[in-house]
Amino acid sequence: MASEATGADQAAEGGGLVFHPMDQFIVKPLFGDGPVAWYTPTNVTLWMGIAVLAILALLVLSTSKRAIVPSRGQSVAELAYGFVYKMVEDVAGKDGIKYFPYIMTLFMFIVVANFLGLIPMSFTTTSHLAVTVVMALAVFFTVTILGFYLHGLSFIKLFWISAAPLPLRPVLALIEVISYFVRPVSHSIRLMGNMMAGHAVIKVFAGFAAVLAIAPVSVLAITAIYALEVLVSFIQAYVFAILTCVYLKDALHPHH
Amino acid sequence: MATETTGHVEPVDLEAAGSCVDAHGGAIGMPQLCFDWFPNQMFWLVVTLVVIFLILSRVALPRIAAILSERQGTISNDIAAAEDLKARAVEAEKAYEKALADARAEAQRIIGEARAEIQADLNDAIAQADAEIAARSAESEKAISEIRAGALEAVREVAAETAAALVAALGNTPDSAAIAAAVDSRLKG
Repeated sequence: MASEATGADQAAEGGGLVFHPMDQFIVKPLFGDGPVAWYTPTNVTLWMGIAVLAILALLVLSTSKRAIVPSRGQSVAELAYGFVYKMVEDVAGKDGIKYFPYIMTLFMFIVVANFLGLIPMSFTTTSHLAVTVVMALAVFFTVTILGFYLHGLSFIKLFWISAAPLPLRPVLALIEVISYFVRPVSHSIRLMGNMMAGHAVIKVFAGFAAVLAIAPVSVLAITAIYALEVLVSFIQAYVFAILTCVYLKDALHPHH
Repeated sequence: MATETTGHVEPVDLEAAGSCVDAHGGAIGMPQLCFDWFPNQMFWLVVTLVVIFLILSRVALPRIAAILSERQGTISNDIAAAEDLKARAVEAEKAYEKALADARAEAQRIIGEARAEIQADLNDAIAQADAEIAARSAESEKAISEIRAGALEAVREVAAETAAALVAALGNTPDSAAIAAAVDSRLKG
């Protein structure tokens, strides 16, 4: 990070390589240069708004004909629906279906935001800890409260593995409790870290492209990383959604 | 790193624009860890998620579910119709087979009738021919017996004449009645 700062200095002093891999993550107000208050419309607002419009176009406009034989857009919408629906049904079980709209919301937001972040000059909302942590904590609290609401205090049996030999159970319970409370951390940092790392790496390679001798290698590397990022964008959305389903299953069926 | 970073924080702190950006507008450290921006991102995230949730739960998901179930219904209807048609095809095939079998039986019957008719004709013809043959052979029989009777008569006449001639030659007067009786008795004997 220090090197980036010095890189910026060098650039300002005129000449050499220019590395600003983290500048793409700066939150800026859309209008003017004032401070960023909680209500200020920023580039976060812009790109989340674009994500909403993209989801609207994909899931609402493309299905407006309600065709029996679907168009291309409607096929994609049906595919997304079927994909998440089946995931919820398979992982969380039949009684998890009523939480399907929530998981679909999370999945669609993350996958669309991830893909929008791959557009050059765009802002990747899901590469920010503030965004992923809110979603992860929302899942964590929802699942925990749901567990206690559905099962009362017996939800705690989730940590008491009755299949294990008795002397091992307290140790396992401790591990289970720790892993339970680490869930939101790993859940949020996994997504944010993946998105941030890929985008930063692309920027670093883009900085090297300024040097003529290594520019072709740099461009090839950007292409390769970009392809990887397309994959990662989808996989991370999938991972976030499926982990949500797994946590939901724990809340619905805490007894192993 | 720490010293350099703090070196850049100083001018930023003086600026009102933002505490996580250096004097040149570049990022200091990870912008992800700039807590000044957290409330803004969280607020807009919540707004976004609520809007997406409302769009999905009110419009998109019910609509897609309706489309999918409608398609499922159409498909099962079509399958039922196809099965119906298949049953009808099987029925038609059965009817065809039956018609074919009927036609075959009819043909057999006609052939049998024709054969019987021909046989009857043949029998008639044979009977007629037999009758004719019988008639002819009876006629022949009759002719033969006539001829035989004629021959016997001729023999008797010749014998009587011969006997009369012999009697006359011996100098007697032939008694024709006695000669006839003698010839008859000889012929019978």
